[in-house]
Amino acid sequence: MFEKDRWLLPEGVDEILPPEARRLEAMRRRLLDLFDLWGYELVMPPLVEYLESLLTGSGRDLDLQTFKLTDQLTGRLMGIRADMTPQAARIDAHYLKRQAPVRLCYVGSVLRTRPDEFAGSRELLQLGAELYGHPGPASDIEVLRLMLETLATVGLTDLHLDLGQVGVFRGLAKDAGLAPELEAALFDALQRKARPEVEALLAGGDLATTKKQALAALLDLNGAGDVLPRARALLKSAPSEVVQALANLQTVAEAVQRAYPKLPVYFDLAELRGYRYYTGVLFSALVPGRGQAVAQGGRYDGIGKAFGRARAATGFSADLRQLLKIAPAVDVPPGAILAPAGDEPELQQAIARLRAAGERVVSALPGATAAAAELGCDRELVKQGGAWAVNKLAGR
Amino acid sequence: MTESLKIALSKGRILEEGLPLLAKAGIVPREDPAKSRKLILDTNLDNVQLVIIRAADVPTYVQYGAADLGMAGKDVLMEYGGDGLYELLDLKIAVCRLMVAEPAKLAQQDDPKKWTRLRIATKYPAITRRHFAAKGIQTDIIKLYGSMELAPLVGLSDRIVDLVGTGKTLKANGLVEVEHIADISAWLVANKASMKMKHAAVKGLVDRLASAIPGRP
Repeated sequence: MFEKDRWLLPEGVDEILPPEARRLEAMRRRLLDLFDLWGYELVMPPLVEYLESLLTGSGRDLDLQTFKLTDQLTGRLMGIRADMTPQAARIDAHYLKRQAPVRLCYVGSVLRTRPDEFAGSRELLQLGAELYGHPGPASDIEVLRLMLETLATVGLTDLHLDLGQVGVFRGLAKDAGLAPELEAALFDALQRKARPEVEALLAGGDLATTKKQALAALLDLNGAGDVLPRARALLKSAPSEVVQALANLQTVAEAVQRAYPKLPVYFDLAELRGYRYYTGVLFSALVPGRGQAVAQGGRYDGIGKAFGRARAATGFSADLRQLLKIAPAVDVPPGAILAPAGDEPELQQAIARLRAAGERVVSALPGATAAAAELGCDRELVKQGGAWAVNKLAGR
Repeated sequence: MTESLKIALSKGRILEEGLPLLAKAGIVPREDPAKSRKLILDTNLDNVQLVIIRAADVPTYVQYGAADLGMAGKDVLMEYGGDGLYELLDLKIAVCRLMVAEPAKLAQQDDPKKWTRLRIATKYPAITRRHFAAKGIQTDIIKLYGSMELAPLVGLSDRIVDLVGTGKTLKANGLVEVEHIADISAWLVANKASMKMKHAAVKGLVDRLASAIPGRP
C-alpha cells in the first residue's frame, strides 16, 4: 500500500465526523428516550458470539451476511452480528424467562459482508424495538405505531406505509402442497411480480384450478385500500389460515389508519421479504425519492423455540446512519463560549457555573492562537468591572 | 395521474421496438431519441420522461430508483440478478435466443452429453456459469464485451455463449448453434418503492402497455 493510500477505509465502511456525529448521537438519545417512555427496556447484546446462536432461526441470507472468525480459546466459529433481532429474541427466551409480555429495545453497530444497496454501508447502526409474548394484532399495532413515532421523532413525516402478510402465501402454498422446488421458484417469481413466470410455473404444477387461481391472484393483490376486500372475495374458499391472516392484516391496517388518517397505506400480499423468518404481518416505511425502506419489521413468532422457549414476537428496526442521511437537519449549531486561558479560581468558577447551566465552554490554550469561530464559539467570557460576563462576539 | 414517472430505455433494438409500444400506450417523446443527444427526453405527457442509457445499466437505474420503470432485456436481468426490482411484463419485443455456439468443424464430432469442462467466451459470465453448473459441467469463462464470434476463430476459447437473432453473424464466422439456454425478450421492470408510492401512475401505465403488447387483443 502506498503511503498516500493509508487513509483509505474498506469499501462500505465509513466514519462519522463532526458535526454529523453530534447530530447522530442526539438522535440516538432522543430515540432511546422515546423507547423508554413506551416501556421498552434497553439491552446490549454482544458484538460477537458463537455462530450457531447468532444464526438460529434465521435464513441462509443472514449466514452469507455474517463476518466469521475463529475463537482462539475454543476453536469454535464466531460471527460478528449482522442483525441484532435474533440476539434480542435469545435474551427474551433464554435469560428473562418472564411469562408477561417483554418489551426490549437496542441500538448498536452491525456488520454485513455485503451492502444492502448500491454503494451502501456495510456497517449499520441498528436501532430496534421488539415485543415478545403476545400473539394478537394489538402488539403488532403497538410496534408499528412506535416505528412511525420513531420516524416522526427524527423529523420524517412524509411517509408511505407498506403492509403485507406472509401468512397468506404460506397458507396457500401449504394448502396446495407444493413441492419445495416449485415453492421456491414460485416465491422467487412472485417477489419479482413476473406474471408470465408465475403462470408458467403454476401451469407446470399438478394443482387444482382453484388453488392455481388463488396463488396467481397474489400478483394482483397490491395497491391501496381496495386490496383487502378484493382479497377476501378472491380467496374466500382458501383455508382458514389464509382467511385469518387477512383478518389480522385488516385489524392492523384499520388501527393504523385510525391513528394516522393522512398516512398513505399500500398493501401487497405478494411482498414476502424475510419469508423464512417472518410469520405474520409485515410492514415497512418508505420515503419519496428513496428506493429502499427506511424502517421495517413484522411478526416472527417461534424464533425463541430454538433457544428453549417459543414466544410470540413482533418488532421493527432501522439504521440510524441511514436516518441521519435522510432526516431534515433540524438541530441548530449549538454555539459555545470561549473562555480565556488561566487558572484564577473566579474564572474557573464562572466556567463551572456556565457548564452546569448546560453551556458549552471552550478554554483558550496559552500560545495557541485560534479564531473564536474556528473553535465553534459565538460568545466569549470576559472580565467586566471585576466580574466575569458573557459577551456576544462581533460578526455572529 | 399526477405523479412523475421516469422510464429508462436503451438505444438500439429496445428503443426501436419499444417506442411504438409506448406510443400505443399514449406516450410519445417530444424529440426523436435516435437523433437527439439529450439523455432525458420530455414526452407529450408532462409527468412522463424517458431516460436513454446503456442496456446493461437499465436494471441499476431502476433498482435504485433513478428511473421508476425500464425496458430491459431478459439477458441483462438474468445476468445481473433482478433482485431489487419487479419484472412486470414480458413486452415480447427485441426477441432473440441465448445460445451456446461453436465452430462448425468442432460441432461435427462434438457430443454435448460428454462435456466435462469447457472454455467459453461470453458477455454473460453469471448466466453461463449457472447454466453449466446446473448440468454438472465446469466452465472456464473468458469475459468479453463484444464480437464473441471471434474468440473461437483465434483460439481464445472453444465455444461462446451469446445472443442469436437471425444467426447470420454466426454463419458468416463459421459457427453453429449447439445448445439453447433461454429465450430472450425485453421486459418491463419497475422500482419496488415506485410501485408502492406511485402505484396509481405505475399501474395505469403497466395496464396500457400490457394491452399494447403484440399478440394481445
